[in-house]
Amino acid sequence: MKVTVKTMRDAFIEGLYGKMAHNDDIFFITADLGAPALDRIRHDFKDRFINVGIAEQNLVNVATGLALEGYAVYAYAIAPFLTMRAYEQIRTNLSISSQIRPVNVNLIGVGAGLSYVVSGPTHHCLEDIAIMRLLPNFVVFSPCDWTIAQHFVQYSTEVKIPKYLRFDGKALPVIYDKFDSSMMEDGFCELLKGCNICLVSTGYMTHVALAAAQKVKNTGVIDVFLLKPFNAVKLYETLKEYEYILSIEEAFLNSGGLDSLILNLLNKNRALSKLKSLGFKDNHVFNHGSRDYLHQVYGLDEEAVVSAIRKCV
Amino acid sequence: MNDTGNKDLIKYLSKKAQWVMKETLRIHKIAPETRLASSLSCLEIFVSLYYGNILRFNSENLLWNNRDRFIISKGHGAVSLYPILADLGYFSIDELSKVCTKESFLGGIPDIIIPGIETTNGSLGHGLGVASGIAIALKRRKNDAVVFVLSGDGELYEGSVWEAIMFSAEHKLDNLVLIIDNNKICMLDYCANIIDISPVENKFSAFNWEVRTIDGHNIEELCNTLLYLKNNRNGHPKLLVANTTKGKGIKQLEGDRLCHIKSLNENEINEILERLE
Repeated sequence: MKVTVKTMRDAFIEGLYGKMAHNDDIFFITADLGAPALDRIRHDFKDRFINVGIAEQNLVNVATGLALEGYAVYAYAIAPFLTMRAYEQIRTNLSISSQIRPVNVNLIGVGAGLSYVVSGPTHHCLEDIAIMRLLPNFVVFSPCDWTIAQHFVQYSTEVKIPKYLRFDGKALPVIYDKFDSSMMEDGFCELLKGCNICLVSTGYMTHVALAAAQKVKNTGVIDVFLLKPFNAVKLYETLKEYEYILSIEEAFLNSGGLDSLILNLLNKNRALSKLKSLGFKDNHVFNHGSRDYLHQVYGLDEEAVVSAIRKCV
Repeated sequence: MNDTGNKDLIKYLSKKAQWVMKETLRIHKIAPETRLASSLSCLEIFVSLYYGNILRFNSENLLWNNRDRFIISKGHGAVSLYPILADLGYFSIDELSKVCTKESFLGGIPDIIIPGIETTNGSLGHGLGVASGIAIALKRRKNDAVVFVLSGDGELYEGSVWEAIMFSAEHKLDNLVLIIDNNKICMLDYCANIIDISPVENKFSAFNWEVRTIDGHNIEELCNTLLYLKNNRNGHPKLLVANTTKGKGIKQLEGDRLCHIKSLNENEINEILERLE
């Protein structure tokens, strides 16, 4: 495993820079959020970079207008404000309109889960998986490392429907050292094959899942990076090999997140596998400290996952 | 245009407006849930834009690159646009007798699914922001088409409108014309009794917009001012405040603060239609 640590946003924006250099029909617009890699786009493609100010609703509306005129648009903002402040703009102008006309708007939300760990509940993003998965005509992408985020650049130009890219705010090590674009359509990857129990996770929590799986022999790990759409048949075929499935996410439980996605899939197929879920109960998080500390408090740290595995088996 | 030509055009547009009014009433008869009062305040605006040589359009090529983009941000009031779109060939005139029925794609609010309609409407406060994005795209492609937006004055309560007002002035979108159908009534009351933001003109001027105010039922004024605003590329987005009457021409609606949600019954409509004949 490579140890190169990098943020998803920088990796994605670097890849996008290359696309913008060859494709004049790409706009990058931001609601006053930056990234080190973004400086080059601001400098080299001045006429295709717009900062709309701290105005997420207008960010989505302006992006829609550009996309209706045929541009591929990347709209960049802090994840909870992008998805929740502008949700109705997203629903009306992206989800509804794209059923009739192509609208290639890529919403890049930075700060998935508890990324903005000390900024309190306004900056935590524990609802976005559920609410974005809900929208028809949408792709929901939740990568766990920067390499897969970079692979998504190509996909984002080819698939001309609205997308939500849920990026972690922190620089994270590489998990996918051999990702290739043909894996994108499955939407998931069985990173570790186990025999009795499998952890299913998305985004940052896949790092925790892998660490916990090292502690208990024969624990499988599935990373779900496309929460919509994904290859449901193949995911079920993979899941049904396990007696126990443990879903892990930085999201509210039983509310439409990854746990609901897995549960629906198991129910639909009348699976015999038993599902347990780790995530946040029905409360906001006011604690401060490190992300790992918050995970300890809320039963999502490596130790808690190990103990949940042991309880199952 | 010379004076006689101009008079002929105004006469022609007034006749068209009469016809659109009758058709709007006929639609309301089969679909009483449509918003009649709101559709009548902006009727002359539609007539002037489509028949008064203001909008550049091609009903046989919906996404024609050089068309002016017209966004109906006040979706509820656009039932009076249906007869015009049908008359201009966007869809069959027979569709007008099916509005809101199971055979029709024409609902109470015009959506992007309808030929000639650019965006998803019905939720207020979106049109101007989307139009700003379109205006930027047109400028970048050196396309001289203009983006027109129709909003209601009540719609100005939506905060997202003000985000777009600031944005479009900053970006000098002089290919953007916002028309406010200033009919002064929301759903429950006169706007002045809810939050009085009149005069709205100086708010826009303060944000660097060019502003004109006219009688929104006067077709000649509408045509002249819309044409002026369309062609005046001076680095400012344009606002046309069209002072109108909600429920214009219908005594049961005019002056009723609740007229937005008021429907007329079949007899009432038949009486009005007879009078108009």
